[in-house]
Amino acid sequence: MRQDHLISAANLSRESIEAVLDRAAAIDADPAAYRQRHAGAVLALCFFEPSTRTKMSFDTAMKRLGGTTVDMGTVESSSVKKGETLADTVRVVEGYADAIVLRHPSEGAAKMASEFVDVPLVNAGDGAGQHPSQTLLDLYTIRERAGLDDLSVGIMGDLKYGRTVHSLAHALTNFDVRQHFISPESLRLPRNVRFDLHEAGAHVREHTDLEAVLPELDVLYVTRIQRERFPDENEYRAVAGQYRIDEETLEAARDDLSVMHPLPRVDEIAPEVDETEYATYFEQAHNGIPVRMALLDGLLARAKEGSR
Amino acid sequence: MSDHELRVSKIRNGTVIDHVTAGQALNVLAILGIDGSEGEGVSIGMNVPSDRLGRKDVVKVEDRELSQSEVEVLSLIAPEASINIIRDYDVVEKSRVDRPETVTGLLSCPNRNCITNDDEPIASKFTVVADGVRCAYCGEIVRDDIAAHLDVQT
Repeated sequence: MRQDHLISAANLSRESIEAVLDRAAAIDADPAAYRQRHAGAVLALCFFEPSTRTKMSFDTAMKRLGGTTVDMGTVESSSVKKGETLADTVRVVEGYADAIVLRHPSEGAAKMASEFVDVPLVNAGDGAGQHPSQTLLDLYTIRERAGLDDLSVGIMGDLKYGRTVHSLAHALTNFDVRQHFISPESLRLPRNVRFDLHEAGAHVREHTDLEAVLPELDVLYVTRIQRERFPDENEYRAVAGQYRIDEETLEAARDDLSVMHPLPRVDEIAPEVDETEYATYFEQAHNGIPVRMALLDGLLARAKEGSR
Repeated sequence: MSDHELRVSKIRNGTVIDHVTAGQALNVLAILGIDGSEGEGVSIGMNVPSDRLGRKDVVKVEDRELSQSEVEVLSLIAPEASINIIRDYDVVEKSRVDRPETVTGLLSCPNRNCITNDDEPIASKFTVVADGVRCAYCGEIVRDDIAAHLDVQT
């Protein structure tokens, strides 16, 4: 089994993160220099769950490196519908492509798939597990705005099922960051993530109210509270309103607070915030291109070296 | 002579698993795949007094010696257990169980959304952590009642 996969942010070191972010900054500064860098290379997009942004982002990143993509299409139109296992799917696809991007509804799917292929595999989201490439672009955005040390980062919303949250929390343990987790009691971080943060010696606090911690935050990372996770609609309504950000909420925030969101949002950030200096989420989404270009560039270059 | 020896007779050949966590004897048999249907002699002492554990279970299996993988899994549900190999009524080998680094194919992941519970060609794999086990695929941690997740029939 090769080691050049990106499966979990828990496996990322500070050095490996900074290497990708530095490369992304270089791409951002001179994208033309990377235009033919991977001409002829093919990236397979295997999305077993609907995705617009992540898929388009990887598609664009690969094409801006001079490569092309092949897309397995929707699950309904693929061999999965005929009962093919994920293990078989990726073993077939590795014969078509130089790297694979995988999104799958089951936790651990990317880890398992990586054991069956020799081409680099990137986890683009596995159930409620991990979404490490999102984390790299989140970190890039935070670094651009505020640096990555001596920070207070608030992470708010659905912390239980939010894979972007799990990955970000793991990655932030590499830096001097105070992490504040804000959620309803029923959507607290899962036990395994809290275990890892404790093991890493991370500075962590959990809250149910944003007000208590908002004034000290450099970054507020908001995620959608997912209505479908609540067995009772009334229970959802009771908490959802407490976690909505608008201009009035932000009166208590520092002037240089960055409000981030992996998108899509529903109503957890009011549109009026878009026009303020706080709003960082569209910039964050745009950063997905140079960061994913940097990630793919590194993986493909190392794979090429390894095959020589 | 201790209490449990008064209650359960000596065996000629086989294994005595002593100092099993009280209440885990039936799970020990499940791990070993022993249900009596093969005609093997099995004796169980449950909740017998123990100086070391307060209460313990004891399992004696005739004509059966344990494999290393069986001992490793036993260690997860009975970390204080000792294994005594008996030949011709004598203890010829006595050892404590050691916690393994990983256990493969013996536990099922309690996270129903874990890929190991899909119909994929892989065995479950758990790494052993300080006070439990952790799924190597989804990261789920199991601390309490590991025996409930044994991938064997009880």
